[in-house]
Amino acid sequence: MTRARGRVGPLASSPGPVPELDVDALLDDRGIGIIVCCGSGGVGKTTASAALALRAAERGRRVVVLTIDPARRLAQSMGIERLDNTPRPVAGLRSNARGNRRGGGLDAMMLDMKRTFDEVVESQATPEKARQILDNPFYQALSSSFAGTQEYMAMEKLGQIHADAQRDGSYDLIVVDTPPSRSALDFLDAPERLSSFLDGRFIRLLLTPAKGPARMMSAGFGMITGALTKVLGTQVLRDMQTFVAAFDTLFGGFRQRAQKTFELLQAEGTAFLVVAAPEPDALREAAYFVERLAEDDMPLAGLIVNRASPEPSGTLSADEAMAAAARLRQREPASLTAGLLRLHADRSRIVQREEQLRARFAAAHPQVATALVPALPGDVHDLAGLRRVGQLVAGAESV
Amino acid sequence: MVDADWSRVRLHVVTGKGGTGKSTVAAALALALASHGKQVLLCEVEGRQGIARMFDVDPLPYAERRIATGLRHDDRRPGVVHALHIDAEAALLEYLAMYYKLGRAGRALDRFGVIEFATTIAPGVRDVLLTGKVFEAVQRNSRNKSATRYDAVVLDAPPTGRITQFLNVNDELAGLAKVGPIKSQADTVMTLFRSPRTAVHLVTVLEEMPVQETADGIVELTRARLPVGAVIVNQVRPRDISADELYAVRSEGVDPARITADLKEAGVEPDDGLVEELLEEARDHAVRRALEDGQRDLVTGLGRPTYELPRLPGGIDLGGLYELAEDLKVQGLA
Repeated sequence: MTRARGRVGPLASSPGPVPELDVDALLDDRGIGIIVCCGSGGVGKTTASAALALRAAERGRRVVVLTIDPARRLAQSMGIERLDNTPRPVAGLRSNARGNRRGGGLDAMMLDMKRTFDEVVESQATPEKARQILDNPFYQALSSSFAGTQEYMAMEKLGQIHADAQRDGSYDLIVVDTPPSRSALDFLDAPERLSSFLDGRFIRLLLTPAKGPARMMSAGFGMITGALTKVLGTQVLRDMQTFVAAFDTLFGGFRQRAQKTFELLQAEGTAFLVVAAPEPDALREAAYFVERLAEDDMPLAGLIVNRASPEPSGTLSADEAMAAAARLRQREPASLTAGLLRLHADRSRIVQREEQLRARFAAAHPQVATALVPALPGDVHDLAGLRRVGQLVAGAESV
Repeated sequence: MVDADWSRVRLHVVTGKGGTGKSTVAAALALALASHGKQVLLCEVEGRQGIARMFDVDPLPYAERRIATGLRHDDRRPGVVHALHIDAEAALLEYLAMYYKLGRAGRALDRFGVIEFATTIAPGVRDVLLTGKVFEAVQRNSRNKSATRYDAVVLDAPPTGRITQFLNVNDELAGLAKVGPIKSQADTVMTLFRSPRTAVHLVTVLEEMPVQETADGIVELTRARLPVGAVIVNQVRPRDISADELYAVRSEGVDPARITADLKEAGVEPDDGLVEELLEEARDHAVRRALEDGQRDLVTGLGRPTYELPRLPGGIDLGGLYELAEDLKVQGLA
């Protein structure tokens, strides 16, 4: 989705006919209530989410940012070192870019997946049944230490915050960072997987013996239970059955909420931003994501190419620089000028490669609006740093 | 640098924060280990087909394939790198066939969605299967007689944030299943992972967040009694300007006339901006190198054997992998 709106600031340069992503227009759009930042690990997704949230807040939006696994210093910079699963106000916001405060604010929280899961159980089941579930070893493993749960719980928490915000008007923009999954797609697949699992024959199979007389047991069921017992042992199977039986009444609610969140993501008020670094793997992952979002009718706002190398401004090519450096080194091996030329050549080559990668992405996905963010030398430690990243993402400042 | 002897290690687990190039390092390490006639298996478990892309071959099936000749070093006959793309579903079916001879019941499991449940929903089973297959490749037994026996296995593992949980999953599972066949299988796998025959190497770049994550990763691995191997510092910037000269550049102590004269001599006609641009680039480089040096001190402070690989400005291709493999070989990781 390309937004045909007026630009607010000058945007980072990108070659060719690639539409430029107007980040500020997106942040200012009151029709947008959810921004989801996705992309592969290590591209600066969490920092970008936090920076966008801060910028939106300082432009007058009432924002909550849901981070999944922020680096310690980033969390500290927003004052959310404690992982308590509740949005906390971020102190130190500046009045907005135009100098007049318009009631913007920023809360931040870190997802605690076990706690989120526990809370769902507690809110949905009777106290007695909740206790039974929370004490089940299979549940404890499922909710605390295993991969995959994070994706479900991120969706769950997003749904909760959105419902609360709708009810009490606490926020008008939710910025979501997505879990560092094996694949960025795991996040989108979570509700679908949950549904197909809950509807599956396997659940019914697990429920059968626990529900008393095994009159539903066909030959196939018997064979399966036999095989499972052989592989898993009776104790694991019994824990699983107890868990599924206790959880049975909650399944409907889970599925319903997962489905609702999925629909929420597809709705008008949601915008996806795909974050990538100018590296082959990250851009490939971004391309998958762009295609997948289109397939699922999810609204894509654009691509943020993070950590782009700063462009050399001159006309001296990499090859010329290397040749000149070689000539100087013949005479004086430790020549400073040769070192400078070599540095220039390296930089030109890197920029050239990055440009090529972006051009290829743009050729395959010409409709995707893109913002280019130059790499900062250091990491973000404080709100000022986050603010700077926000400016860079919005193209409101050059390095 | 701390001296280290990796000759006893049969399983090299390579992890790293996203974006640090752990897959590249894993591939280079496999090539380096496969010098001197050695047979090496390179495994991937994240379904990305990264190995196929790096080595420029067709997407890998769930089968061990010969993909490259090892590094030629000291003019000795190189060995072979084989590759395996481990897929959880295929691994489960193979495991059931190998250990349980379930026959018709095995197919019924598939039909009832049990296989899908196990590999996508059931907590941790996926990781158990992936690690289980890695274990099988390291410790070939009589059930898989015709399979190649490898001198070393390199695992392109999940990222640092997930690695302890991934390798430790068998321990979690052993806790969940207190008795029974899963328990004994999980125990056997953990015995290998915790032995000196395994080393978990962490790849980082000289930036704050990856270095911090490396430090956290080492603490977590140690706490889980998993053997921490080397720290491999990837994408190190070229260092052909000395620290003194960088200091001069930063403090405006370089005479532009000297650079202009040099450029002319080297046959480059310096236009107005070129000298200033070169110096500006050098100032930026100086800032980044100073940050790198700070991070390098932190890496040294981790007390692990450390190896460095250069940043390749042209990106990574097959030739680049051999270059990095040579670097690892010369420094003694392989």
